[in-house]
Amino acid sequence: MTSLSVFSPRSGESMVILDQVRKGIFYALLIFWAILSIAPLYFTLVFSLKPVANAYTPPIWWPFPFTLENYQTILQTFELFPRWVMNSVVISITVTIFRVLFCAMAGYAFARIEFPLKNFLFNLLLVSMMMPGVVTLIPSFLIIGPGLIRGGISLGNLTLPTGFNLLDSMWGVIVPGMADAFGVFMMTQFYKSFPKELEEAAMMDGSGRWGTFFRIVLPISQTQLLTLGLLTFQGAWNSFMWPLLVLRTPENFTLPIGLQWFRGEYYTLYSVVLAGSLFNTLPMLIIFFAFQKYFIRSIASTGSKEG
Amino acid sequence: MAASGNARKLSEAITGYLFISPWLILFIIFSLISLGYAVYLSFTSYNLLKPPQFIGLESYRRVLEEDLFLQKALPNTFKYVLIVVPIQTILSLVLAFAMDQKLRFRRFFRTVFYLPSVTSSVVISLIFIWIFAPQGIFNQIMGLSVNWLDDPRTAFYVIMGMNIFTTSGTLMLIFLAGLQDISPSIYEAAQIDGANGVQQFFYITIPMLRPVIFFVVTVGVIGCFQVFDQIYVMTAGGPLDSTTTITYLIYKWAFRDTTIKMGQASALAVILTLIILGVTILQRRIIEGSGSSAER
Repeated sequence: MTSLSVFSPRSGESMVILDQVRKGIFYALLIFWAILSIAPLYFTLVFSLKPVANAYTPPIWWPFPFTLENYQTILQTFELFPRWVMNSVVISITVTIFRVLFCAMAGYAFARIEFPLKNFLFNLLLVSMMMPGVVTLIPSFLIIGPGLIRGGISLGNLTLPTGFNLLDSMWGVIVPGMADAFGVFMMTQFYKSFPKELEEAAMMDGSGRWGTFFRIVLPISQTQLLTLGLLTFQGAWNSFMWPLLVLRTPENFTLPIGLQWFRGEYYTLYSVVLAGSLFNTLPMLIIFFAFQKYFIRSIASTGSKEG
Repeated sequence: MAASGNARKLSEAITGYLFISPWLILFIIFSLISLGYAVYLSFTSYNLLKPPQFIGLESYRRVLEEDLFLQKALPNTFKYVLIVVPIQTILSLVLAFAMDQKLRFRRFFRTVFYLPSVTSSVVISLIFIWIFAPQGIFNQIMGLSVNWLDDPRTAFYVIMGMNIFTTSGTLMLIFLAGLQDISPSIYEAAQIDGANGVQQFFYITIPMLRPVIFFVVTVGVIGCFQVFDQIYVMTAGGPLDSTTTITYLIYKWAFRDTTIKMGQASALAVILTLIILGVTILQRRIIEGSGSSAER
């Protein structure tokens, strides 16, 4: 198909030229879109290496005058930044570990164990996947915070609280994210298509369901767990709306909330904002490059819901 | 025998419930109870200080009487969905189709095209605020002096463009997985029959991809109806409410306004859910209705 030279003296000459032109346009468009895709990150990097006073002044293509003072501000002067990074790390990792474990457990049960109302519950799970998150936002906020009913329900001498009272704590961000319908669905589909022989052999040897699950099933589903884990981590790391509602004092902020707050408080220090934003993007980029295969798999898997 | 069988069945059932219990408990609290309470709240007036007061459909009437909803949030949200969903779907499909060809540096392009999707909504918003500032890079490169985010005629389009730009990478990967599921033998057969590239795209690729297209459009619609982060960070609904969407209005009423209106906000959340449900069903009809014989 690919002709070597446009000048080949053959009868199909004009066709060949047309082919080449078409190919040229195709590659030009790809390169154009590639440049566009890199541009925001590139400019962020360039201007994060320029002084605050030069946040809007040319040159725009390379960092001149060059300085590391924005990074110094983040790492030394402004001690909230390292805290936000730590909060983000702790919250994202905790959410990921719990969600992967709980989704794997539920998925395994839906795929392998017989229990009453199983189909009903699974259908409920499927329906809940279509439910827009914003509808449960206010009640979820009340449950995590002050409670659905202020002061709780009183039963004689006993008062039952209707909320967890977790506002402004990292557990308030973590708890609702510890399981999710899509993850359970994904793990169920995986275990359904997974051969039973190994587990059955283990069960024969006298391991119960739990022993089999933790010693055999979890280790052999590593790849799938990693796939779900990456998807979960990315979501938790980048999440904004829920932490925005739950977290109140700057010390407890996650990095995205902190960056947005910092921008509001110190709007003249935009170069610092840009440098700080790289602390949000860079870890994700590294994870993406390290686990690219699983990452692409995880995103592809979201599309194959129908079976 | 029967007794021990029953005992085993019972213990299986208990084990099953123990396995699903973490998910089930969270699901009951944060989905079932939450949903029920949201519907209940939508019939009340509630400002967090006094217990919710039942006012029936009155809170829905209040929502429908708000100019901010009828004149701004509702049309803005539909405008957003109608512009963003088709463009991001077509763009990502074209990108995926390009990535499915035999081309040089395919892995490189695929990685680069996904980059905008790695960045979080807040960070990309902060970057775009700066790029589209009056003295920002965009104006410098284009030689313009437009105040993009402070002008009600342009602010919403900047947000739309940015979101199309950032989601297309993820959607491209979903489409790419779908494309790679199509057996090459179908294309080979079409080539023998003399179908060219464009014909193959419209008569094989599109029909074979129908389930994936349905998924991408559904996810797009549900996501776009709930757009929030970028609006909160970039414009806070302004200028002149030109970027106020339904989800932003729910947030504003429930959490931001000086007089908190959780009942009214819940009513709006229920209305939004019904809108999304309706649009999803309608769109399923359209995509399935246009189905030809080329079904998998």
